[in-house]
Amino acid sequence: MFARIIPIVIKEFLELKRDKWARFRLIVPTLVQILLFGYAATFEVYHVSTAVLDLDHSQESRELISRFTSSDRFDVVKVAQSQRDINTAIDTSDAAVALVIHAGFAELLRKGQGAPLQVIVDGTNSNTALIALGYVNAIAAGFAQDYAADLAQRTAGVRGMKQVQVMLEQRPWFNPDLNGRWFFVPGLIGTLTLVIIVNLTAFAIVREREVGTLEQIMVSPIRPAEFILGKTVPFFVIGLGEVSLIVAVGILWFQVPFVGNPFVLLLGSALFLCSSLALGLLISTICSTQQQAFAMNFFVLNPFFILSGFSFPISSMPQVLQWFTYANPLRYYLVVIRDTFLKGVGLSVLWPQLAALAALAVVLLTTSILRFRKSLE
Amino acid sequence: MKFRRLKAIAIKEVLQIWRDPRSLMIALLLPFTQMFLFGYGVNLDLKHLPVCTFDREGSQLSQSLLKHFQASQYFSIVRNVDSYATIVKAIDDGTCGLAIVIPPDLSARLNDTGSASVQAILDGSDDNTANIAFGYTAAVVNGYSNDIAMTAIDRQGRPLQQTWAMTVQSRVWFNEDLVSRNFIIPGLVAVIMALVGAQLTSLTISREWERGTMELLVSTPVRPIELMFGKLAPYLVLGWLDAAFCLVIAALWFAVPFRGTLLTLFFTTTLFLIVVLSLGYLLSVLIRSQVGASQIALLVTMLPTTLLSGYIFPIDQMPKIIQDITYLMYSRYYVTIIKDVFLKGSSIPELMTPILFMIIYAAAVMVLAARAFRKRLV
Repeated sequence: MFARIIPIVIKEFLELKRDKWARFRLIVPTLVQILLFGYAATFEVYHVSTAVLDLDHSQESRELISRFTSSDRFDVVKVAQSQRDINTAIDTSDAAVALVIHAGFAELLRKGQGAPLQVIVDGTNSNTALIALGYVNAIAAGFAQDYAADLAQRTAGVRGMKQVQVMLEQRPWFNPDLNGRWFFVPGLIGTLTLVIIVNLTAFAIVREREVGTLEQIMVSPIRPAEFILGKTVPFFVIGLGEVSLIVAVGILWFQVPFVGNPFVLLLGSALFLCSSLALGLLISTICSTQQQAFAMNFFVLNPFFILSGFSFPISSMPQVLQWFTYANPLRYYLVVIRDTFLKGVGLSVLWPQLAALAALAVVLLTTSILRFRKSLE
Repeated sequence: MKFRRLKAIAIKEVLQIWRDPRSLMIALLLPFTQMFLFGYGVNLDLKHLPVCTFDREGSQLSQSLLKHFQASQYFSIVRNVDSYATIVKAIDDGTCGLAIVIPPDLSARLNDTGSASVQAILDGSDDNTANIAFGYTAAVVNGYSNDIAMTAIDRQGRPLQQTWAMTVQSRVWFNEDLVSRNFIIPGLVAVIMALVGAQLTSLTISREWERGTMELLVSTPVRPIELMFGKLAPYLVLGWLDAAFCLVIAALWFAVPFRGTLLTLFFTTTLFLIVVLSLGYLLSVLIRSQVGASQIALLVTMLPTTLLSGYIFPIDQMPKIIQDITYLMYSRYYVTIIKDVFLKGSSIPELMTPILFMIIYAAAVMVLAARAFRKRLV
């Protein structure tokens, strides 16, 4: 049996070695995507362009504004003179946040009567707006708290006023600085491997069918199972190489911490690769030309992407779509990757994910092999 | 340029599209499926984040804080635990994204020193969700703190007055409820147009090569520029159709507020379609195999429009060098335009800068495409 599988394996590797275009497709898009996602894909909010209108001109209002100026979350790009300036700045997108302090701010502040800070936010990108609003609130709360404490201290003897308050200590675990890269770069291991492996497998078989070499192979003594094994083993190896490449770039270049057990990740990757290979096989049984395989890949892979939790949380999706995600191997693999990278949890926590991956791999492999054998006859 | 020859090419192309129903189906179905898939699947709003609580005091005061969390639509309390270890486990296995820990001496501290703190533990592995939850937890605790302060003052018998030295009155413009769908869906229209548009035309010339009909084409008197316009015109109509589908779904089905004018939308969309279609045509001229051309077309449309156009990831948060690169991405301009037309109701004069960039882009790609085509067989 091995005597017949090995030549196929060797043939696949030779084909890859001689196909410059294929090697290019394997490495260049991967690197470009890692770099793009690593640098461009971020939901973090820093240096929000901010316009300021201070109609109070008091020490307090300047103190409040300086808190925004000194924060790296906000860049004051415009000091407006009138409400109209503010409106134009937001309309033309020169500023995404505008702070307006009305006359009488300091007076109300001294009386403790809830001096208003007016904030206008360009909500076009709701995510950025929401996070920026959170920072505005945090800075304002800090200012108010310090001011109240200061006031209480100064008037302590006079009024005996005591500030009653509940504060919040926030502890983000696993990613204390909430660095977006730590979220996206490990996720790429799953998405990029899926695309590359499904593409390679589907194209390798469809090409043979299109060119007509598949018939030649079928008249040779090789059995279908051996042919499938010989075809998929090289891609499995390439897949593992791809995973290692992205892991290496993630850890060495982007400095994403890896706190978990590499063997858990390896196990998850192996199971996920089996599913990807099976998916590629399945696509190859449906398509007869490379053109169709290409369109099919696009149709099939897109939902896998979107419904995986790669960049959009599954818990925010409508219930029906959430059900679909359970059939998506990428969903489970992403949990395995991120948890081993950032949380460092092991088999005791991840076994349901690994079990789901294994089950999906078995189902997909069985269907694809059965279908593939039928498509050969 | 003779209109007669251009028309002949266009008619031939229309017939070819019409008689290849499978490709036509893809061209018309793809926008539908993608709109619904992305429209529902792509969502950044935080709702019902699973929360576990660890109330170490169990007093009336601590329970009322938890009620504040329960009342918020952003959180749903799924578990009340009684040990720290259970919290660790719940966060580790992802059953909870947030844990609220109330110290055993909350009431005592509030009575003695007037200030106490509660702890919020967030699962930071999804930084964006954590960041948004961050803001909401702070708001809930602030509201609670205010309530307590009010009752304290009430009890001390002092005249009721606001104890917060300052209040933040925030107003959000253009997307008042901060619904992520409202900014994602208009951008999505751009992504779909770019994908479908470039795919359609990326096959037109490479197909002639692969099928061998190039020999026929070369022997006709048609000029390269007539060929280009003749080939692009039918796809522009198809593109309009696709765009109309997408825009109708966006405005009517997903109820994204549309505040601009149809004229602005039509003009800018046409401009964008011209860029995308000629880009596909250019690739088709340069690459003689259909698979190669459509793969490259996917590569040059997919990544730039999803990552570098500001469709989801804000451009001003990217490193400087990547921001500079985005100026080369045609979709960046259209994404800006379509979002502004939908949400801000911008008109053509306000959008002059991105429109000018698109015109330059369109002209450059068309000139390149027209010159790349040679009436030669080798």
